[in-house]
Amino acid sequence: MSTLAVHDHGVAHHEEGHEHHHDTFLTKYVFSQDHKMIAKQFLITGITMAVIAMLLSILFRIQLAYPDKSFPLLETLLGRFAPEGRLDPEFYLSLVTIHGTIMVFFVLTAGLSGTFSNLLIPLQVGARDMASPFLNMLSYWFFFTACVIMLSSFFVQKGPAGGGWTIYPPLSALPTAMKGSGLGMTLWLISMVCFVASSLMGGINYVSTVLNMRTKGMDLWKMPLTIWAFFLTAILGVLSFPVLVAGVVLLIFDRSFGTSFYLSDIVVNGQVMPFEGGSPILFQHLFWFLGHPEVYIVIMPAMGISSEIMSVNSRKPIFGYHAMVYSLIGITVLSFIVWGHHMFITGMNPFLGGVFMITTLIIAVPSAVKTFNWLATLWRGNIRFTPAMLFAIGMVSFFISGGITGIFLGNAALDINLHDTYFVVAHFHLVMGSAAIFGMLAGVYHWFPKMFGRMMDEKLGYLHFWLTFIGAYLVFFPMHFMGLDGVPRRYYAFTEFASMQRWLSVNMFITWAAIMSACAQVAFLYNFISSIFFGKKATQNPWQANTLEWTTPVEHLHGNWPGEIPSVYRWPYDYSKPGAEEDYILQTTPLSQTMSSNLPHDFEDNPAGLEALNKWTSTQKANEEVK
Amino acid sequence: MAFKKIIDSKKLLASLAVFMLLGTNVLMAQTVTADAAAKPGVNWLSVGYYVLLFVLISIAIGVVGKILRVYDLSQQIQGKKGTNWNNIMGTICLIFMVVGLSAAFWDITEQGSMTLPEAASKHGVKIDAMFLTTTCITLFVFVITQILLFSFLFRYKHSDKRRAYFLPHNNTIEKVWTIIPAIVLTVLVIFGFFTWQEVENSSPVKGDINIDVTGHQFAWEIRYAGPDGILGKKDFRLTAGANKLGIDFKDKNSMDDLQADTLVLPVNKVIRLNIFAQDVIHSVYMPHFRVQQNAVPGLPTFFKFTPTITTEEMRRKVDDPKFEYLLYCNKICGSSHYNMQRVVRVVTEGEYNQWLAKQKPYLTPALRTELKLAAADQKKSITQNRLALNN
Repeated sequence: MSTLAVHDHGVAHHEEGHEHHHDTFLTKYVFSQDHKMIAKQFLITGITMAVIAMLLSILFRIQLAYPDKSFPLLETLLGRFAPEGRLDPEFYLSLVTIHGTIMVFFVLTAGLSGTFSNLLIPLQVGARDMASPFLNMLSYWFFFTACVIMLSSFFVQKGPAGGGWTIYPPLSALPTAMKGSGLGMTLWLISMVCFVASSLMGGINYVSTVLNMRTKGMDLWKMPLTIWAFFLTAILGVLSFPVLVAGVVLLIFDRSFGTSFYLSDIVVNGQVMPFEGGSPILFQHLFWFLGHPEVYIVIMPAMGISSEIMSVNSRKPIFGYHAMVYSLIGITVLSFIVWGHHMFITGMNPFLGGVFMITTLIIAVPSAVKTFNWLATLWRGNIRFTPAMLFAIGMVSFFISGGITGIFLGNAALDINLHDTYFVVAHFHLVMGSAAIFGMLAGVYHWFPKMFGRMMDEKLGYLHFWLTFIGAYLVFFPMHFMGLDGVPRRYYAFTEFASMQRWLSVNMFITWAAIMSACAQVAFLYNFISSIFFGKKATQNPWQANTLEWTTPVEHLHGNWPGEIPSVYRWPYDYSKPGAEEDYILQTTPLSQTMSSNLPHDFEDNPAGLEALNKWTSTQKANEEVK
Repeated sequence: MAFKKIIDSKKLLASLAVFMLLGTNVLMAQTVTADAAAKPGVNWLSVGYYVLLFVLISIAIGVVGKILRVYDLSQQIQGKKGTNWNNIMGTICLIFMVVGLSAAFWDITEQGSMTLPEAASKHGVKIDAMFLTTTCITLFVFVITQILLFSFLFRYKHSDKRRAYFLPHNNTIEKVWTIIPAIVLTVLVIFGFFTWQEVENSSPVKGDINIDVTGHQFAWEIRYAGPDGILGKKDFRLTAGANKLGIDFKDKNSMDDLQADTLVLPVNKVIRLNIFAQDVIHSVYMPHFRVQQNAVPGLPTFFKFTPTITTEEMRRKVDDPKFEYLLYCNKICGSSHYNMQRVVRVVTEGEYNQWLAKQKPYLTPALRTELKLAAADQKKSITQNRLALNN
């Protein structure tokens, strides 16, 4: 392929530079340009943010379960945000907002794509590093800055942004409308701009690395599904994130410079505002033009990771590799034309709503194909239950459970009554939240040996999985029914409505399930941190997997492979091939070395090879007859 | 060894139970003191207790882990195989499937019965039918796929003796499961599309009742057309003092417009809710009628529907004499978003007309003096000039 020249150059450069390469602490761990270190930076920052966002969710869950009770401890911890030991209603909204923002953007976008795209793209396509290591470093530091700015909003007088993670104006545009629309919202917007910059730098890097730096023999149809997923995710991000920046910048103008892009006919607290001619719906269009691809940016890497892990641990090729790739492409394309299903009842033209409904339900087809293919991959497999495998399976289970409720919400007529209720909360927490975080955890358990050269403890992994898996279902399953009873999301308390008070016991149950799941994460954190230092030393290929990353030495070195980058001769899913000695064949094993297991299918565009195979089989037959 | 484990776990369970009991006691004590003291301090004892409980559970888990480790090692020394985690996990998967599906079934029957009563509007019935169809299809898919997923896990758990079946693809079956969901979804799309078009139908109906609903932080203002049946114009720039909706009283149709605290609707009449917002986005949500439409500042919206069941009838149906239909806000709008409601009452037409006759007009005497409309009846032209000056 077109990559050959680049590689030869890379090899020469590398061998020469390797001898006298001395890293200081600062260049090795802080301002590192090595993709593996940057991946670890993304992962650890992502996990930290996830823990913070999880604790925020526990805070508001306590409020929902015990709306009338005072917890003096909260006042000690949160001060003015919890006067008399009860959360302030506006701070409650801030908690919800920041929980959502952190989870969607900082954990499941940067923490997931940032970690695994950085780690796996060079290792699995056979490259020494990213196309632009410097840009890659910059991407992390922009992300880090965004995190710091976002968290700093907890320390301003009026508290963090509070308009929901979708920050719809005019609520977010009018500082007088709520406390959370003051300085906290400004910080939110600045943080988001930094985040998008980070995401773009990362995305451009991933796309160019995948397109230009694949090793010899690694054509697109030999790439593992992880790479396909990261590649398409990066394309989605590069095309949609800039639109969010546009939306955010216009909102900054409206907030700070008196423009009226999103504002019109507004009277706040009896005071007539001078805004005229803008449209709040415009912001929603801009936001969801990113916002909907965003949920696929979140779930597609998880799909790729799960596909890979399920194939490795079922010791079976992924079923329908081509269909898997085409469905990913289908999702990528369709995800750009479905954003309006978030806006069925916002005042958008109902005709447009009908069109968006059609495109939305079409996107369920590739999703269904993926699900069936995963099931077929497990069928007649030889399933090893590593913690990574369990999390991948959990991802599939959540994807099904959450995905089918999408068919309700994607239907404009049904959405009338379900929009913004707990049904929506249940839907996206299962299909996007839990599924994506399970994909991420699966990835952490699976590639931990690659990242840190040590193994994580399996039994703690099992404990972590079952507690989290059951906990997540206990939390989100009952929420469907609250939604079907018309209980709205983002309500501070359900005390004011007689019809909602009867859900109090369910809310208490959900809160305790959430606390249990949160405690279970301690098992993961302990496992993760202690294994970095004291885990069992990993072997080179602990899972007997085929992909290229397992041909690199356990000890990290800059440039990944000590000698030449290995060439690739086959697709990554030759598991349990009949006639092969082992139940896996590395991608770097030439077909000529595995004559006994070759199939005519392996030589589809290689007539010379097919001839050789036919010759070999006929000689084998002849030999047998002689015997 | 295995026997010993059971004892261990029993001990664990017992100690857990004891701690739980103690914990409730401490908590109860805390609530009592909280009631007694005006401003309670932090009960560090109970905080410490929870931390201790967590540490103890962690230690217990650690101990179990160590026991398992020792057990595995001793088996290895005896030349036997250690614990087969693949079998254990496979079995747990199966148990999870059975327990999980039964729990889901229980949840659907138990909490499913707590959901909204039958639709109280004409279009709502269609939406409910659509909901039922979708539920049946999706529940079927849910059960089948989850059963396949977890039973495959149990059935094909790892064994050293076996190799997986090499099956990279099968075009026929892939086509089948692309086309079947496509067909099912097409049916749902068509069904849904037409229902949606019907619900959102905007063609005017003769004799429909126009009612304005305006959301602001944090209440709904309801405006009925007076005897003339036409709502007057509004302009947000006119909002001041007593004219909180910015009604344009230059428009004759506004003079008799009525304000109300309750949204009272005649049964079996087409209602057109004209929806406005003054400050931020709100959402008019009336789940019993399957009605929801955002209220957007600067973008008037509407929702047309026909209530079919009166409040009285519904009270009998749900067997709750206090039942009320409600209108509440369903789009995050600020600190009191969670308490922005109006009672909706569906009554017979006669009752509706009686009720409407008792409502007060927007143009209160106070507002008249404020707008200097007192002389309006005599000198209309002058008043108009004055109004213009007022602007």
